[in-house]
Amino acid sequence: MSAPASSPPALFEYLLRLGDDSLVLGQRLTEWCGHAPALEIDLSLSNLGLDLIGQAILFLNLAGEVEGRGRDGDRLAYHRDVLAFRNCLLVEQPNGDFAQTMARQFLFSTCQLALLRGLANSTEQRLAEIAAKAVKEVQYHAELSAEWVVRLGDGTAESRERMIAGFDWFWRFVDEMFDSDPLEQELVEMGVAVDRAQLRSDFEAKLAAVLREATLPPPAYPRAIRGGRRGHHSEHLGHLLATMQFLPRTYPDAVW
Amino acid sequence: MAALETVMDPEIPVVSVTDLGIVRGVRRAPPAVLITPTYTGCPATLAIEAAVRVALDRAGFSDLPIETVLSPPWTTDWISEDGRARLLAYGIAPPPPGAAASTLRAHAVVTCPRCGSGRTTEVSRFGSTPCKALWRCLSCQEPFDRFKCH
Repeated sequence: MSAPASSPPALFEYLLRLGDDSLVLGQRLTEWCGHAPALEIDLSLSNLGLDLIGQAILFLNLAGEVEGRGRDGDRLAYHRDVLAFRNCLLVEQPNGDFAQTMARQFLFSTCQLALLRGLANSTEQRLAEIAAKAVKEVQYHAELSAEWVVRLGDGTAESRERMIAGFDWFWRFVDEMFDSDPLEQELVEMGVAVDRAQLRSDFEAKLAAVLREATLPPPAYPRAIRGGRRGHHSEHLGHLLATMQFLPRTYPDAVW
Repeated sequence: MAALETVMDPEIPVVSVTDLGIVRGVRRAPPAVLITPTYTGCPATLAIEAAVRVALDRAGFSDLPIETVLSPPWTTDWISEDGRARLLAYGIAPPPPGAAASTLRAHAVVTCPRCGSGRTTEVSRFGSTPCKALWRCLSCQEPFDRFKCH
């Protein structure tokens, strides 16, 4: 295995972004467990959450390895404070109703699918392996959420109204998913990372096609809200972490 | 490898971890047993590793380490012929060979593992474990699990 050409701090930071997106959304989805509208979709959402947490374990374990300070994925997930999280703001937003959850999932999975397809060709071998593995699962996520967008959008007056409202809340968080910064640019030039801006046109095309099928209006992007990659989070992330981190922080030596 | 043929999957106890292709093989230098997860978040992965460890220890290979590999990613094409036959007998519709290469949409005819009818419909994309979907037979009306093409 060839040694990564990128500097460890940049790669560590990039892996945190990837891992935290998956971890936080995975944790959010588990809140639906036992509460979804029907048993089948309850199973689906739990499975999506499981896939995302599985990805997070791989990304964060690799992050810990790259960092070289003896932290593993569990340590990074359970013993970091909110300001040290690097996920985008979209994934930490509350579930809202089922339509809002599906709007968020469709936007995230469609973007993540394009990102992981690119990362499967990363020059960082270990990252490429994780991406190639996860891309097969995310295809399911993107497809499932697209089907629900169509079903709810082209459904009853009530479901349509809720689907529109769900998207209306999330449009403001879309731009951040495609943001880049000097750190990512450096990794893009080395072939380690994917240029997120390049993914936007495919994303918009897919979005337009699904919205059309769902008979929903095109996106109405308001002023974007961003900051997650720098640790500037909404109030919601702290509450989510309080739930997720409670046990390992209160009982640090607890084992199964 | 023979020592591992009796290690059954914890969720589907009629097929072994070698049948499913979870055990990739044994590497000679440096020596290690290579295993791979089916799904990244599959909770059975840890149980499988523990079971493989026990089987290796019993067979006298206590010093042989277990290593997890991700590449090439696991697909349902890793499931052996024998494994497919046993899944079917257990009531789980196995994926047809080569199915992983096709797109997700291109569902071949799914045959009911109970009555053999091809008149079946998907109830839920996700089932009781990450690797299975829930289907129903329109002929005999019975629900059944289908191993997802992956």
